[in-house]
Amino acid sequence: MVQYQSNRITASFAALSDATRRGVLEQLGHSDASITDLADKFHLTLTGMKKHVNVLEQAGFVITEKVGRVRTCKLGLRRLEEEAAWIARYHQLWAARFNALDDVIEELKHQEQFHERKQKK
Amino acid sequence: MNASKKSETTPMKNRTTVERKSEREVVVTRTFNAPARLVFEAWTRPELFQRWWVPKSMGMTLLSCAMDVRVGGQYRLEFSFQGAQAVFFGTYQEVTPPSRLVWTNEESEDGAVTTVTFEEKDGQTLLVMHELYPSKEALDAAGTGASEALVETFGQLDELLPTLGARAVR
Repeated sequence: MVQYQSNRITASFAALSDATRRGVLEQLGHSDASITDLADKFHLTLTGMKKHVNVLEQAGFVITEKVGRVRTCKLGLRRLEEEAAWIARYHQLWAARFNALDDVIEELKHQEQFHERKQKK
Repeated sequence: MNASKKSETTPMKNRTTVERKSEREVVVTRTFNAPARLVFEAWTRPELFQRWWVPKSMGMTLLSCAMDVRVGGQYRLEFSFQGAQAVFFGTYQEVTPPSRLVWTNEESEDGAVTTVTFEEKDGQTLLVMHELYPSKEALDAAGTGASEALVETFGQLDELLPTLGARAVR
């Protein structure tokens, strides 16, 4: 179970590393679309788009559904939240720490400048 | 300009980046507008360190902070959080002022080895913090303890994944 979790996280990061795939996710964020629609929109061949959608589907970001002869893609949003949440948690912690660290460092800088000025007098 | 005066202009906050480099590693980077010796000082003097390591937004209280910053020296941090207490401790493996710090996290088997480098350029310092965890599972679980105290919002998710439309889900 845990094993599965971390493999998935790795797959997710690989899936998001490509600009076209991020664009596809953004597009699906607005509305569901067929693979043909997406291929047109991103000026790719049907095969090329199928590959991208497949990577996204493997990583759980996209769900595809075949209705008649058309395969429709939509966001698998819950998964996306999970991945983003992992990075978000880490990012929040360190951004908060480093913003506080800025203040401490500013103070050290002022102290240093203050001492320098005193010595010059 | 006297020392007690607050600066009127707040400089733009530098950006913190977080990247999972591999299954067991995460790298956090940030630039600071100060020479490396000052940034290093803020990481190695306990009275300074404890002022930023536990930001107010975490809702945690630091009960004690002891740091013996030299090779083989130990550190120990005790927190209280929502009535519970947590202790973090470990050993400094490398101490090279003002450019490099390496320490272990020994409070659990899932503790990482943390390497922090301070690289000065034109009066600014690029800080790179690299954490190597003993397993993929340990890294997956990391960042959930202390930082869970921070409230997640979709606003922050948007900041991280700007390519996704801000379509609220719930």
